[in-house]
Amino acid sequence: MVTVGLTHFLVISTLLFSMGLYAIITRKNAVMVLMGVELILNSANINFIAFSRFGNFGYNGQLIALFVIVLAAAEAAIALAIVLNIYKNLSTVNVDEVDNLKD
Amino acid sequence: MDSQFLINTSLYVLFLPLLGFVVTLLLGKKVKSIYLFENLVLILTFIASVFILYNKLAIFSATKIVSEVEWFSFPNTPIFGDISIKLGIMIDNITAMMLFVVALISMLVHLYSIAYMKGDERYNRYFAYLGIFTFSMNGIVLTHNILMMYIFWELVGLSSYLLIGFWFEKKSAADAGKKAFIVNRVGDLGMFAGILILFFTYQTFSFSEIFASIEAGILPFNSTFWLGITGILLFGGAIGKSAQFPLHVWLPDAMEGPTPVSALIHAATMVAAGVYLVIRIFGLLTADAMLFIAVIGMISSFIPATIALTQNDIKKVLAYSTISQLGYMIMALGVGAYQFAFFHLVTHAFFKAALFLGSGSVIHAMHHEQDIRYMGGLRKKMPLTYWTFVISSLAIAGIPLTSGFLSKDGILASSLAFANLTGHWLFPVTGFLVALLTAFYMFRLIIITFHGEPRDHHKFEHAHESPFVMVMPLVVLAALSIFIWYTPNPFNADQGWVLSKWIEKPVLHTPVETRFDFMKPDSENISHNNEHIIYSSTYSEAMHHAHYPAMFISLFVALSGILLAFVFYHWKKVNVDALTEKIKPLYNFSINKWYFDELYDKTFVNGTLMLSKALGWFDLKVIDGIVNGAAAATKSLSFFVGNFDKIVIDGLVNLTAYLSGFFGLLFRRIQTGKVQTYIVLVIFSIVILLFIFR
Repeated sequence: MVTVGLTHFLVISTLLFSMGLYAIITRKNAVMVLMGVELILNSANINFIAFSRFGNFGYNGQLIALFVIVLAAAEAAIALAIVLNIYKNLSTVNVDEVDNLKD
Repeated sequence: MDSQFLINTSLYVLFLPLLGFVVTLLLGKKVKSIYLFENLVLILTFIASVFILYNKLAIFSATKIVSEVEWFSFPNTPIFGDISIKLGIMIDNITAMMLFVVALISMLVHLYSIAYMKGDERYNRYFAYLGIFTFSMNGIVLTHNILMMYIFWELVGLSSYLLIGFWFEKKSAADAGKKAFIVNRVGDLGMFAGILILFFTYQTFSFSEIFASIEAGILPFNSTFWLGITGILLFGGAIGKSAQFPLHVWLPDAMEGPTPVSALIHAATMVAAGVYLVIRIFGLLTADAMLFIAVIGMISSFIPATIALTQNDIKKVLAYSTISQLGYMIMALGVGAYQFAFFHLVTHAFFKAALFLGSGSVIHAMHHEQDIRYMGGLRKKMPLTYWTFVISSLAIAGIPLTSGFLSKDGILASSLAFANLTGHWLFPVTGFLVALLTAFYMFRLIIITFHGEPRDHHKFEHAHESPFVMVMPLVVLAALSIFIWYTPNPFNADQGWVLSKWIEKPVLHTPVETRFDFMKPDSENISHNNEHIIYSSTYSEAMHHAHYPAMFISLFVALSGILLAFVFYHWKKVNVDALTEKIKPLYNFSINKWYFDELYDKTFVNGTLMLSKALGWFDLKVIDGIVNGAAAATKSLSFFVGNFDKIVIDGLVNLTAYLSGFFGLLFRRIQTGKVQTYIVLVIFSIVILLFIFR
């Protein structure tokens, strides 16, 4: 019988992180990129909770995960506002076309 | 009466002619009659000079009146210490007499010129030039230092140049002016060198201070030899200005100027300035320098006398006789006959001015014909001119009862005494020979010009006696050629007031060992404790013995010269033309003026031209070559440097730019401006860093 240990959680969170990263790098749509960011945040949350459960840290990890969720909500709001503004100014949300940083 | 008053009067004498010059020159074109102002000024100058002469001789006869002001000073100069240059006036008896001579002749020439120059287009300018000449001549006479004398010396040279070339439309006149100026410059160079030596040694220009230093034993370069050289160098100025051999060539050419100018400048006053200079520096002449001066004077008295025998231009004859007489004066100074030299200067000034003005009167009457071969028989037409001319000729020939006899006899007697004491017999022999020649050529001139039949009847018809303003100066000057003004005894000038009272005895300041033996004070003089007597009693004795022989010989040669002239030209006992043919080489030598002009043309003029050509070639080829070579070298160097700049330096700069561009191009790829690319790079970097810092 396989017991679910820390390693399983870490693997899950790593997969989740990798998928988020992949989404950030490859997606053309800015909203999709934001979704990738959310994935990465959640992989971090899984890590916090896993270390909190298996380590000797009390409830600190769970509490930080809660904070991260709140911050993620706030971040999503701000990021979406930025995307909206980009769309307003450049009439696109395709990140490939947004290369003003080059100038 | 204060002696300062005489100084003030002498300032009037000096500056009135300058005023006349300035006013006449500035208003000459506007006011036609401004020449009258110049004449008035000269009359005032003459009155002032008479005043000075009278007061100096009557009241201050024994004193030397000196007044000086500091011109500028250099404190603490290196080598010399404090130097102060002074301007000053010195009036002694010689100054006063010379001033009188200059002012009188200048005034007479001014009056004469009113008629002579009538109708000339630059009438007023002519009088202005006469004014500046009189100013500068008075300056020479009055100054107490050799620097001012040199300045006025040059001013006199300038006015002489202006007046010789007064009719500068004539090329010969313009050339003669240039010649006079350049030849004079040669002599002035010597004088300038002498002045430099004096100033270097004594740090002063004043005659009296220099003499005092010599007496104190300070000599140039501490040697009596250099003292003699200094005297000879200063005498160089006199050689130029007094037209002495070998610089005499300018004076005959100077006759291109108007005749009154010849009378004033080139006979009576300016050419006597050289003699005056030697009189002023007499105190510093050593025996060697005096012998040199005597030899120059002797040569200059002889050569022109032989040339004057054959000349046909009335003014040329007089010009050569002027050089000859000036040679007499210079020789007299050389043999120590200081007083007779100045005496002859004065008498010569009067009778030679009379002769020149007389020749001017003839030339005026003959409508500017100067060749005596076209004259003749003028005696009846112009009696006053004739008689004044005869009196002056008698004076220059040295016939008793004239002034010339007194002074010339004195010079011959002193040369005889000198020969007796030192053994230089050539001086008196030449002197008597020249006296013979002088009498001969002067009466040749008179006979051909005034006696016989007229040769050019057309001009003779129109000839007439000159107007009053021209005849009056002749009469005055001829009257001054009579003995009575100088001495009561027509045979012995020593008894007269001019020699015994007016002309001061010379004072020698040179060291005793450099003097002639007869100039050393002997026991008699020393016992009298009178250091100002420079002649020993042996000299007085020799003079005494020489007096009568000299008088008889000179009288004899003068009379025989006149007789010869009458035999040759009046009674025509001797066929002159045949004689001329017989001695053709000698005749040619004389009429060609001993070929001096040709010689100088060949040597100095051509030499100078060749030298200038050589220098010109050197300039063109060598100096220009060096300059051009330097230019070419610079050009090629800059070409090289330019290319180095263009290729190497620019290449380096461009290479840097190219490299930067290349790397920029390379790294630009990374900078896409896309956030995703950056993130990839960040992740890669983190991964790499993780591996490194594991």
